[in-house]
Amino acid sequence: MKTILRPAITLFLLLSVLTGMVYPLAVTVIAQIFFPSAANGSLLEKDGKVVGSALIGQNFSGSQYFWGRPSATAPYPNNGVASGGSNMGPLNPALAEAVKARINALREADPANAQPVPIDLVTSSASGLDPEISPAAAEYQIKRVAKARNLNYEQLHQLVIKHTDSRLFGFLGEARVNVLALNLDLDAELK
Amino acid sequence: MSRKTFTLFDPELVKPAIVESFKKLSPHIQWRNPVMFVVYVGSILTTILWLQSMRGQGEAPSGFILGIAVWLWFTVIFANFAEALAEGRSKAQAASLRGLKKETWAKKLHEPTSKASWHSVPAIDLRKGDVVIVDAGEFIPADGDVIEGVASVDESAITGESAPVIRESGGDFSAVTGGTRVLSDWIVMRVSANPGETFVDRMIAMVENAKRQKTPNEIALTILLVALTIVFLGVTVTLLPYSLFSVSVSGNGTAVNMTTLIALLVCLIPTTIAGLLSAIGVAGMSRMMQANVIATSGRAVEAAGDVDVLLLDKTGTITLGNRQAAAFIPAKGVTEATLADAAQLSSLADETPEGRSIVVLAKQKFNIRERDIQGLGAVFVHFSAHTRMSGVDLEDRQIRKGAADSIRKHVESLGGAFPKQLDQVVDDVARRGSTPLLVSDGITVLGVVELKDIVKGGIKERFAELRRMGIKTIMVTGDNRLTAAAIAAEAGVDDFLAEATPEAKLALIRQHQSEGRLVAMTGDGTNDAPALAQADVAVAMNSGTQAAKEAGNMVDLDSNPTKLIEIVETGKQMLMTRGSLTTFSIANDVAKYFAIIPAAFVSTYPQLSALNVMHLASPASAILSAVIFNALIIIFLIPLALKGVPYRPLGAAILLRRNLAIYGLGGVIVPFIGIKFIDMILSVARVV
Amino acid sequence: MTNHAWILLGVYFLTLLLLSKPLGLYIAQVMEGRLKYGGVIENTLYRFCGIKKDEEMGWLNFTLALLFFNLLGVIAVYLLQRLQISLPLNPQRFANVSPDSSFNTAISFVTNTNWQGYSGESTMSYLTQMLGLAVQNFFSAATGIVVVIALIRGFVRHTASTIGNVWVDLTRVTLYILLPLSLVFSVFLVSQGVIQNFVANKDIQTLEVTKYDNPKLDASGQPIKDAKGNPVTEPAMTQTQTLPMGPVASQEAIKMLGTNGGGFFNANSAHPYENPTPLTNFFQMLSIFLIPGALCITFGRMVGDPRQGWTIYAAMSLLFLAFAIGAMTFEQQGNPLLASLGTDQSVTAMQAGGNMEGKETRFGIADSGLFATITTLASCGAVNAMHDSFTPLGGMIPLASMQLGEVVFGGVGSGLYGMLVFAILAVFIAGLMIGRTPEYLGKKIESFEMKMTSIAILVTPLLVLIGTAIAVMTEAGRAGIANPGAHGFSEILYALTSVANNNGSAFAGLSANTPFYNVLLAIGMWFGRFGVIVPVLAIAGALAAKKRISVTSGTMSTHGPLFVTLLIGEVILVGLLNYVPALALGPVVEHLVLWTGH
Repeated sequence: MKTILRPAITLFLLLSVLTGMVYPLAVTVIAQIFFPSAANGSLLEKDGKVVGSALIGQNFSGSQYFWGRPSATAPYPNNGVASGGSNMGPLNPALAEAVKARINALREADPANAQPVPIDLVTSSASGLDPEISPAAAEYQIKRVAKARNLNYEQLHQLVIKHTDSRLFGFLGEARVNVLALNLDLDAELK
Repeated sequence: MSRKTFTLFDPELVKPAIVESFKKLSPHIQWRNPVMFVVYVGSILTTILWLQSMRGQGEAPSGFILGIAVWLWFTVIFANFAEALAEGRSKAQAASLRGLKKETWAKKLHEPTSKASWHSVPAIDLRKGDVVIVDAGEFIPADGDVIEGVASVDESAITGESAPVIRESGGDFSAVTGGTRVLSDWIVMRVSANPGETFVDRMIAMVENAKRQKTPNEIALTILLVALTIVFLGVTVTLLPYSLFSVSVSGNGTAVNMTTLIALLVCLIPTTIAGLLSAIGVAGMSRMMQANVIATSGRAVEAAGDVDVLLLDKTGTITLGNRQAAAFIPAKGVTEATLADAAQLSSLADETPEGRSIVVLAKQKFNIRERDIQGLGAVFVHFSAHTRMSGVDLEDRQIRKGAADSIRKHVESLGGAFPKQLDQVVDDVARRGSTPLLVSDGITVLGVVELKDIVKGGIKERFAELRRMGIKTIMVTGDNRLTAAAIAAEAGVDDFLAEATPEAKLALIRQHQSEGRLVAMTGDGTNDAPALAQADVAVAMNSGTQAAKEAGNMVDLDSNPTKLIEIVETGKQMLMTRGSLTTFSIANDVAKYFAIIPAAFVSTYPQLSALNVMHLASPASAILSAVIFNALIIIFLIPLALKGVPYRPLGAAILLRRNLAIYGLGGVIVPFIGIKFIDMILSVARVV
Repeated sequence: MTNHAWILLGVYFLTLLLLSKPLGLYIAQVMEGRLKYGGVIENTLYRFCGIKKDEEMGWLNFTLALLFFNLLGVIAVYLLQRLQISLPLNPQRFANVSPDSSFNTAISFVTNTNWQGYSGESTMSYLTQMLGLAVQNFFSAATGIVVVIALIRGFVRHTASTIGNVWVDLTRVTLYILLPLSLVFSVFLVSQGVIQNFVANKDIQTLEVTKYDNPKLDASGQPIKDAKGNPVTEPAMTQTQTLPMGPVASQEAIKMLGTNGGGFFNANSAHPYENPTPLTNFFQMLSIFLIPGALCITFGRMVGDPRQGWTIYAAMSLLFLAFAIGAMTFEQQGNPLLASLGTDQSVTAMQAGGNMEGKETRFGIADSGLFATITTLASCGAVNAMHDSFTPLGGMIPLASMQLGEVVFGGVGSGLYGMLVFAILAVFIAGLMIGRTPEYLGKKIESFEMKMTSIAILVTPLLVLIGTAIAVMTEAGRAGIANPGAHGFSEILYALTSVANNNGSAFAGLSANTPFYNVLLAIGMWFGRFGVIVPVLAIAGALAAKKRISVTSGTMSTHGPLFVTLLIGEVILVGLLNYVPALALGPVVEHLVLWTGH
């Protein structure tokens, strides 16, 4: 046992320092030198003030903004320090109820729109912080936002297209629209 | 030498086996097979549940519980029956082996000298210390030592040497072996072992009485089967809480009952292989006995299946025990016909196979008819250990035949000369793998008769088979390299060991073993004992010496060295049968799940009836059908367990593919058909 | 499955295939001590630690040393959590973690399970994350690789009494394999948006005010419930969003490469700061299978017959492809109950469609389904979508993936040694079927090996089944269930399956951060890990001591399609058969209910 004790403890400590301190510090130094924005949260600024992160979704419920993915974080949606999904199973009646409520909210905000609702707009995201919606979900909301802002459909449509990221290399991920960036642009350009 | 053979379900064996299968219900016997013990406990539990239901407190209809209980008992009994049947056959065979012992007679001397009078006694009545006289042409009745006389003895069946050996009193060559034959002269010998107490006798007694030891692979397999049983025990035991929970969240139906859980457990655990496992082992030993081979342990039989290298003695195994005349090669100035004529004359009264073959060859080649020696006034000179020649004296002619050295000595003693040219011929003949036999007339050496080793018919194909099985064959012979190479090529063995000494043989075995191969060999001489002890599978000939038999782990009563091949096949069959039935057993579980799971939980989740792909009539009949199938399959597979999965000498890959298709895929499909069929019968009969 | 899903699967698999060989050969080079550089650091370490690098150990000493090393890990992680308020690098001033949760997490990270009963961003200080959790990400991964290398040595050596020096192996794996790969990968991750800093969380003002119902808490911090048991709430509003910060990228890299899976954040790889783009997602998936795939090649190389490694690789690949196709297909089918409400779940150029509950927009169905399959086949457990919200069959794929025993690529090292145990079993049964004492790579498989193999194969299903039974039978167990009906059973089954197989993913609705679950699951993790490692090392020792048997045409070949088929059959029959009844009462019944109506 003595032959095991010393190597075990010293090796444990030395390798811990290497992997638990030297390594993360080295990565931090490299990150802060080469990718400072990304390493610090990809923050978005408006008028010199930080208004959010390009990667972290915010909650929108006003008609004049595009809404993002529903968020199941507690106690309020898009809580940055309580990431997570609803974890409701497909058969859970609460899921159907929640979806029904979200559909109703959308319909209330835009009674003229009777189209089926794109599924991502009424289902909560995995992280609760999903910054993006599908182009279909953005398209679904254009008329409502246009009406609220007294803009024409085409202007908004172009803006949405501008903010649409297509699938990388044609097969990685999905086409998507960053909601916060779109809404910031909306405020900035199309007042 | 008639032996009783038994059909598979011979009534003579079946009746006692049935009785025995009930006797085996005693717990301390059941305990030995952990998997079947689980079934046994299940049977008891369901029986108790049935009794409880008879008092109106049943967890399920009492008819259903009774059905399950009865068939669980059948499962246990069927497995007992398989074992009992195998044991019965084995015992019957051992008993018939006892009756097989050769009935030979011996001339027992009243005094230990050749001058004394003798009387005839059966060989088995001889006792250690008895003194007998054996004359030319007679079998030596028992192992012993020569105390008087000198004789040539044919030990070809034992030593593999086709040439007769000289046995004489005193010195190294005094031991004689039972079963060998005196060719010329006579000996007086003292018996050294009681015939009734030979090694083989003890072996038979052991097979009859002793409890079978599990073989290494059987132990390993049992561990696996027990592990599977434990897992499935976990699966079924935990199903009760799962079921209770499901009932509480769905608010439907009732929790699964004990009877169903026990039925599921028994269906899932590998009862098929566990029930037949010991029968397979017993049957393997018994198949060996049927081939007149007695194995000291199942371990040896099993090891035979793993053999990579086979050492085979040339004589008697690869070649016929005796050589045959193949050609007459005359000396310069002598015609072939003259040589043939002289050779034929010298052999007319020679009853040895070689002698007879000379007569036959002379007739074939020159149409020389058999002549009546007596009529010619000829005097036949028998082979004697002193001259080492045989021949005929006819008027003034003195015709002799014998080995080159003997004839050289003979003609030179008469003042003649041995022709130089014949030395070359003698060498050539030896190089061809044959033995030169010289013929002289007076002082003239007439020429050489080529005695050829005859490779056994079909042996080449056997070796090719072995090669396909991945077994390397090595011929062992005392012949020189040239002769050995020629015969090896003709017989198609992979390699040979020429001028083999016991030391060389032992070294060869060790070398192969160090390279990670398993070596099998046959042997009989005392000098084989070290090699036999070293070999992984060692088959001693029954005609061999005591030492050889003790050193080996199997004894071939027929003393047929080719049998090694059959032994290898039997060993393989035994493993294959176990492996195949294990695969079959596990594969069966798929169908049983489809039968029982929907049946067990359909009251809680009616949607699960979608899994009832066999459309079984009712939950009760589904469960009962699965249990009945599980029991009956044991009975159906008894013949397979006893006969063994047929072995064909194919490569490992083909064999595996074939067995996987039959027992793996078949194991998945068969129970679907079987369970559906039983379910149909049950519902037609309205049993449940 | 959609076209781009097929392409994704194809490109993923081909990339993996391309990377496996060079990395596999490199690992062999490292573990056989053939590496030319690095000697100075290595030797200095050994000198400090008093390690004699040429002194090898028998299997028992090897095992004891490894167990002790892992035990030190448990103590370290436990203490870091229990003392974090008094330690530096805790800008959020997180309190010390409760004893039961600390215990659970310590076991969890040491066993490479990385089950998370806690929520990272609101529980663990940066120091705990990097010096406790991330260090164990390295060590537990190294442990797995060290064990499989020892097992391979068992096959390679003959009549040997030792299987290597555990200290040297641990050092080499960490220095030359895990650290360099992690360094490269973490820098790549940062470049894509994964954060890496030591600053405190940032509060920002959002564009809109968020109104919500805030649950009322009583004096002790527990939510107040009304007569019906529903929480009492009061209206509240906020315009602040707190952005989490921390050294994420460095931990993220080893979390994936070491098939650990314990996320810096609660949402794990679904969190945009952990996995911001489809590209990071692709490389995260790749990094999970990277080392397990390469180890197959290492195996082939070390035993001197590359075909042996490729055979294992092929068996794993086929199972993987089948499961991945299943998951992607089932998730794309969507949820019929939501379709009837007036939603559009179809696939179009504009949206991914399918079952989007619990999935991120950037990943959609294909990338989520594939990720779920990979993370559960490998004992990684990182998630980029919430498995709890998967369709019943879509959720059964991750469940069954784990139930196979984490042998399809599996955890680093553990996947291969698990698969080799199955190979031993396959060889045993097949060897009998061709009439020879079974042998694998020239080593006879006899009763001792079968005993150890049986234990290794037996221990996990028993832990899962019995653990699940205990949980559904007890009030404490049932209390954690989030979803009604059969899905509640699936949640518990998933949790036990996940911990006993050292995966760590969850049907996360289950509230498992309770003393009951923390203890039950910790037991599952510990025995699920070391209940396999110890017999595997015993097999390694026994094999090393054996003679090597020569190969003849009668020897069953353990490479080629036939053996691949056999291995797959064995894994499915022996691995999955135990779970059929449980699956029938969980996902299968859910599926039937969902699609055939109530």
